[in-house]
Amino acid sequence: MAYEGDELLENVTSKEYEFGFTTNIESDKAPAGLNEDIIRLISSKKNEPQWLLDWRLEAFKIFQKMTEPEWAHVKYEKPNLQAISFYAAPKQKKVLNSLDEMDPELRKTMEKLGISIEEQKRLSGVAVDFVMDSVSVATSFKEKLGELGIIFCSISDAVQEHPELIKKYLGTVVPRTDNYYAALNSAVFTDGSFCYIPKGVRCPMELSTYFRINEAGTGQFERTLLIADEESYVSYLEGCTAPQRDENQLHAAVVELVAMRDAEIKYSTVQNWYPGDKDGKGGIFNFVTKRGMCEGANSKISWTQVETGSAVTWKYPSCILKGDNSVGEFYSVAVTNHFQQADTGTKMIHIGKNTKSTIISKGISSGRSQNSYRGLVQIGKNASNARNFSQCDSLLMTDTSGAHTFPYIEVNNSTAKVEHEATTSKIGEDQIFYCLQRGLDQEQAVSMIVNGYAKDVLNKLPMEFAVEAQKLLAISLEGSVG
Amino acid sequence: MLKIENLHARIEEKEILKGLSLTIGEGEVHAIMGPNGSGKSTLASVLAGREDYEVTEGTVTFNSKDLLDMAAEERAREGLFLAFQYPVEIPGVSNMNFLKAAVGEIRKHRGLEALTAKEFLQLVKEKSQLVELDGQLANRAVNEGFSGGEKKRNEIFQMAMLNPSMCVLDETDSGLDIDALRIVSEGVNAMRDGKRSFVIITHYQRLLDHIVPDFVHVLYKGKIVKSGTKELALELEEKGYDWLKEMEDAK
Repeated sequence: MAYEGDELLENVTSKEYEFGFTTNIESDKAPAGLNEDIIRLISSKKNEPQWLLDWRLEAFKIFQKMTEPEWAHVKYEKPNLQAISFYAAPKQKKVLNSLDEMDPELRKTMEKLGISIEEQKRLSGVAVDFVMDSVSVATSFKEKLGELGIIFCSISDAVQEHPELIKKYLGTVVPRTDNYYAALNSAVFTDGSFCYIPKGVRCPMELSTYFRINEAGTGQFERTLLIADEESYVSYLEGCTAPQRDENQLHAAVVELVAMRDAEIKYSTVQNWYPGDKDGKGGIFNFVTKRGMCEGANSKISWTQVETGSAVTWKYPSCILKGDNSVGEFYSVAVTNHFQQADTGTKMIHIGKNTKSTIISKGISSGRSQNSYRGLVQIGKNASNARNFSQCDSLLMTDTSGAHTFPYIEVNNSTAKVEHEATTSKIGEDQIFYCLQRGLDQEQAVSMIVNGYAKDVLNKLPMEFAVEAQKLLAISLEGSVG
Repeated sequence: MLKIENLHARIEEKEILKGLSLTIGEGEVHAIMGPNGSGKSTLASVLAGREDYEVTEGTVTFNSKDLLDMAAEERAREGLFLAFQYPVEIPGVSNMNFLKAAVGEIRKHRGLEALTAKEFLQLVKEKSQLVELDGQLANRAVNEGFSGGEKKRNEIFQMAMLNPSMCVLDETDSGLDIDALRIVSEGVNAMRDGKRSFVIITHYQRLLDHIVPDFVHVLYKGKIVKSGTKELALELEEKGYDWLKEMEDAK
């Protein structure tokens, strides 16, 4: 493929977390703590209708009855929710008429992240929504998409402008009762992206959201809802960064996807939240619930993720294959270094007939990190001829890191076919030496071998993201061998 | 070009090279033969800079530089190439990208401009014909799923691409059938230009029928015990190593 190789090799330079800057802009931040008043405050700040406030308060009640899950193969000090501010927004002095009026500091942040809006507009044809701390600050290309009937905006705007869609779909894929962090998110979510692709429309560009945690002492609770109506197609990209801070910051997002009959959603994530320093201090707790519903027949949802950041990751992008002949895919590369811990995988719930799912998971563990794949393949009793193929590979870079695989398979229909393959290997000294003998240095050798190992997944990413992901893999693993 | 003096090297606690000396001039082809376990492959690994081996004594000068002071990748960039006895597979890394990166590094080190994509492909085409690999590489990963013969041909192809001044071939003939042996040998011969030097490590005379050496050395117990011209190889083929072993052990 054209994007392999050179660019990546030229970029293996910076040793530290590249996105660890903060932006000095005035922020409107709620007092720390979690209670009904804070939820009312968030709801009123966002000028929400009563039904949504009620929905949040109900979620809060559910949340209060739940306890934090402990089954994941991770160890961390549970975040003190009373010490977190649940709402922080960059203060804007007035309503902006165009992106040119945006706070110059905020513009600089975007440029540092490599998402200069002009650049995006001119070159790549990617529509970007940018969420800093809790609030969505810019959505490019809105008009152009509008002509096709595509809605792509912040979820706050969608609540105001398309309340019927929000009311119909919010919480239908990830109910408030789903889990501790999903309930928390439902109570306090502040912003996120919303996308609706109308019937028969093929979205002509990649839609992209960039999430950024900037303020200290805050959490980010974004909520994304994406609906692909019948016979539509959309490819959606999500990127995340955060400043370097000594404290742990909580990120608890919920992403819901709905694919109607003959619709296809491709959802790609490059997650690079601050992982903490090399001694394990600081970093983001990334506790995320992502789920897609293949509602209609012949629908397809494909998750691709490259996870390199966060101190602790707890994330299982899943598919409910309800429509007959629907297809679910999960392609993942998860890299952990130093003291990072990741427990990630997927759930493929086969309900409809002739449903198919594919799971390709590539874990890479270095330093003293722990990297676990956890996946469930469930074949329902009516899911005749369901098929699943799972491949879970682990690559160990050091003797002090760990790789674990927890596959769960439940089959309730005798016509189902489920295949699972797993391998664990250690990066080969011989492979590295071979590269060195051909003139490549150690870092180039490691990045080349690791990228080769993860190629099946990286190839699933859209081009723009694939290059970024390759660089990230290389940077995340610097100094990890030898 | 390459001067090895009193080289001692060990792996873990075991000394394998015990005072090896050898001088290789510009454009010369030296064959190194010897019984199993005499230290032939160790010599190749030590020259290439493999870290498992510790050099305890001796010097190696390469183009008047201290070779032992250089990291493995520097040695490669300075023009030392090792054709591996067992080339490793690197799954998912395409041959083309691998070579492009390697050629890029080596050219950069030598102060040459980077090749354009077109020039690179032209070079690939030209050099792959040398070992009859034309058109078989583009879409495959490095050595992945290659037959034994293909792997060895790929080594020689890489050697031609990287244009080294000193080539070390570690049992390149092992596992080759007659046709592959001919192809590989022709590839090597095509690269003999009176300037480039070769060290050819082999067990058997048959490779030396194709690649005719200027000098033949016998390595035994970590030292060169006999040197001669190509006739020495024929003598060894006929008489085996035992007479040499006995002579040496009697000392």
